[in-house]
Amino acid sequence: MRRSADSIWLIGGLLLVWQAVALAAGPDALASPWRTILRLGQMFTTTVFLGHISETGEAFLIALAIAIVAGLAIGLLIGLHDLSARIAEPFLLAANSVPKIALYPIVLLIFGIGMPAKVAFGAIHGIVPIAIFTISGCRNVPSVLLKTARVMRLSQAETVRSIVLPACLPEIFTGIRIGVSLTLIGTILGEMFGSQRGLGFLLMTAIGLQNTEVIMAVTLLLIVFAATVSTALIALDRRLHRGG
Amino acid sequence: MVALWRLLLLGVPIVILEILCRSGAIDRITLPPPSTIAVDMLRLLGSGRMNTAIANTLTHVVVAVAGSIVVGIATGALVHRLAPLRRVLEPLFATYYAIPIYAFYPLLIVVFGLGDAPQILIGFMLAVVAVIVSTLTGLDSVPAVLAKTALVHRMGPVATALRITLPYAMPHLFTGMKLAVAYAFIGVIGAEFIMSRTGVGYEIRYAFDNFDNATMYPLILLVLLVAVVVNLGLDKWERRLMARRRGL
Repeated sequence: MRRSADSIWLIGGLLLVWQAVALAAGPDALASPWRTILRLGQMFTTTVFLGHISETGEAFLIALAIAIVAGLAIGLLIGLHDLSARIAEPFLLAANSVPKIALYPIVLLIFGIGMPAKVAFGAIHGIVPIAIFTISGCRNVPSVLLKTARVMRLSQAETVRSIVLPACLPEIFTGIRIGVSLTLIGTILGEMFGSQRGLGFLLMTAIGLQNTEVIMAVTLLLIVFAATVSTALIALDRRLHRGG
Repeated sequence: MVALWRLLLLGVPIVILEILCRSGAIDRITLPPPSTIAVDMLRLLGSGRMNTAIANTLTHVVVAVAGSIVVGIATGALVHRLAPLRRVLEPLFATYYAIPIYAFYPLLIVVFGLGDAPQILIGFMLAVVAVIVSTLTGLDSVPAVLAKTALVHRMGPVATALRITLPYAMPHLFTGMKLAVAYAFIGVIGAEFIMSRTGVGYEIRYAFDNFDNATMYPLILLVLLVAVVVNLGLDKWERRLMARRRGL
């Protein structure tokens, strides 16, 4: 009860700030919340807009699948081997701090404009955090469990499936939660430069036309989607960590 | 041993790339040989052609970092004292980094024009919440006895924050500042890349649009090098700070 009251305060406060800034800046610079919502509702009735959404959604889901599979594979491969974890971790941390947007030209040169480029760009953003959290999860698996596995003569694959994965599931989930957000950001960024379709492309054209209603409508949609998914994942994440 | 492996892990792919590029398996339009990129980078830096762009980017990053540290610590300290406000804002902080902040960039351009402000603001917006969150964590770690000491000495809230709680929270604050540097760098370069008239990000984009690989790859290498070196340096410093705190 208290928590829902808090979220109403938060959302109400943000809307108020938005309205105040819109009043101060004028309708040409910033569309008001009400006009943005109206515009967004109207956009939803057009097939072109729905096409952009499904394009972005498809790219995001493919990129996310790649990021999760590759991130887990890299993380498990490195995390299960103490020496390689010590060797590779600085590289991963460094890769995490790099402005990946600077790599965009290389991605475009390799994949060309279109779906593969945005998928690749989204996946690049998601892989590193998932790998980092998987590695730290592996490191925190109690060594007694690993010794048990050795005593029971489990093969590497069996150890991973029946011991390592369940033991570091909470940690991996945190990595995936962060990976989801970053993959979405990466996919949208990819669409802003290297695409003729999708929400990122729509944002870029709206900037060119200085159409603030469309800019705000797309931004609002992205924020509401990202915040909803992230809130749900955080709730799951807390439950997993408490259970473990 | 570990250092040797790291060197191999870094060196072997570069050598393989070099061979692939030199033998023509990767054509020069896609990727010039790494040695050429490195030489081009030194030449580019020596020519001074990029000095203005580099200076612009660095200035933007420094302003964004300074602003986010001052505003972030002040906001963090304030929110920490106001429990109800903190409860309301906590979900915002938790989901903040899931929001594509770049989506606000178009808006900032419309409001402030295509000058320095939008890029600095994007860097600031990406960085500031990391500082706020780490300030809150840091202040949470302050033992109650220190707060009581401040009461006994009849210190006001500002004096308590400046002389007792914030110094105690320093290692946490440092983590926030480290993140702020990385995020501000990412934000500024990204904003320049999306749309601007100056800066390293802009130059990369410009070179890309003109198929100017001799400029683009060296600049990308420069950005990667600076980001990695600065972050590893801050990491080392942070570990020293943490180690000293543990010694207390």
